[in-house]
Amino acid sequence: MTPWLQANNVGHHFGGLSAISGFNLELRPGELVGLIGPNGAGKTTVFNLITGVYRAAEGSIQFQGRELVGLTPWIISGLGIARTFQNIRIFKQLSVLDNVRIAYYQHARYSLAEALLHLGRYRREERRLTQSAMEILGLLHLEAYADEQADSLPYGLQRRLEIARALATGATLLLLDEPAAGMNPVEVGQLMEFIGWIRRQFNLTILLIEHQMRLVTGICERVLVLDFGVTIAEGRPDEIQNNAQVLEAYLGQAEDG
Amino acid sequence: MAYLFQQILNALQLGSIYALIALGYTMVYGIMTMINFAHGDIFMVGAFLCFVAATVLGLPFIPALLLSMTGCALLGVVIERLAYKPLRNAPRVSAVITALGVGLVLEHLTLVFSPYPRHVPALWSSATWHVGGVTLSSLQALIIVLSVLLMVLLDWLVRRTMLGLAIRAISWDRTVAAIMGVPVDAVISLTFAIGAALGGAAGFLYALAYPVIDPYMGVIVGWKAFIAAVVGGIGNVRGAMLGGFILGAVEIMVAAFLPSTYRDLIAFALLFTLLILKPYGLLGQPRPQKV
Repeated sequence: MTPWLQANNVGHHFGGLSAISGFNLELRPGELVGLIGPNGAGKTTVFNLITGVYRAAEGSIQFQGRELVGLTPWIISGLGIARTFQNIRIFKQLSVLDNVRIAYYQHARYSLAEALLHLGRYRREERRLTQSAMEILGLLHLEAYADEQADSLPYGLQRRLEIARALATGATLLLLDEPAAGMNPVEVGQLMEFIGWIRRQFNLTILLIEHQMRLVTGICERVLVLDFGVTIAEGRPDEIQNNAQVLEAYLGQAEDG
Repeated sequence: MAYLFQQILNALQLGSIYALIALGYTMVYGIMTMINFAHGDIFMVGAFLCFVAATVLGLPFIPALLLSMTGCALLGVVIERLAYKPLRNAPRVSAVITALGVGLVLEHLTLVFSPYPRHVPALWSSATWHVGGVTLSSLQALIIVLSVLLMVLLDWLVRRTMLGLAIRAISWDRTVAAIMGVPVDAVISLTFAIGAALGGAAGFLYALAYPVIDPYMGVIVGWKAFIAAVVGGIGNVRGAMLGGFILGAVEIMVAAFLPSTYRDLIAFALLFTLLILKPYGLLGQPRPQKV
């Protein structure tokens, strides 16, 4: 099967500091893969490179056979890649509904002139987009909050809203950056079920960054371990857990003597 | 009493022009967190396009207005692409200095075209009405009605269309808006186009109301409109409108009831006091630090 996403020998640096180098990744359609590693290992940089926030200095990233390096974030979004953020980045001052509606920007088919003149197409399109947004909110049990200001939602719902917004773009590849951050064990359990559910419901391929090993071992089919910008291990979660290099990266090198 | 009503009318006329210009400052600030100090000079170009339309081209009122607006909109887009876009991730100070430079370029290009003040012929055969000691000209009414109409349209655009939603989203978090599929470059261009078109309309109306124009006319008016935007709460569209009308009212009322030589002194002392009491402006709110 052709890979959904393929990164070859990707390298990036900030000033003289190498953030990531020689990075390879292959995601097959429908896979759920975890990206783990200590703080500062370059995990979020990988997300930023895939979504076009940074332009990879070296290597190539292909999505469904199309080169992503050099494309703007909005074009990459249009191809079907969406993400969430480690520190929730919803539009705090906008309503919950508008947070989701913004993801439809590229789907709005009316011109500025039609809007200014209040023509029928403008009104039909606005209604259609609002309906689509409400459907996504409904599926994720957020419809009751549609008119609330986004930052008035409790933390867990803000995380879910961020996922709703990502899904609204029509993504087929979803990148989740520490979705379980700040959650207690019960919530992590619910989140695992939720991720499995959206994956089936929306036919997603998922790449997720996570520190909570329970979530990684519980739902990921494959795991990549990054340390200092280099992939140090790759395999099934149970293989990774006993890998000496991985333990060293997380716990530090055992002292001799 | 009639005198007061007369002054209120004058204040509305001046205030609506300030408000139109202030919108350009506030929209660009909202989306780019930058003060576009060339905006006063875009207003000046709008006035000169009115002059060209009235003299060289001999256009009637509506086409002449559209010429000022579209001409300034294009100018705004070109300035953004050439001068500001390369500096989008540079320190804001660099962008502000560049904006001042762009303003000087516009002034001096106009100076080449017109080294001395020009008189703008009337584009509108103005009728005047006298009602109980108050004089209202149809031009004055037109300026106020047209300005308010443009402001209502803009307010509606920002609040009720996808473009407006995109503008607001970019102003809160440009990176995230881009990742969610908002074509940031195009939306920023459109924002400049809209702001500059409103500035062009203001220049056009100003040239009809105060028909002597010169290449430096945008400097003082631009500064005042900028202050109006800050008083209203920069970045806030309704704030800019409110600030414009307040500034117009304060200026006219000070000149009407106090020695007019103190007009700017008293007007600005009042506005600065207001800013001490409301540092983010009347309708502004503190912006959270972006991460």
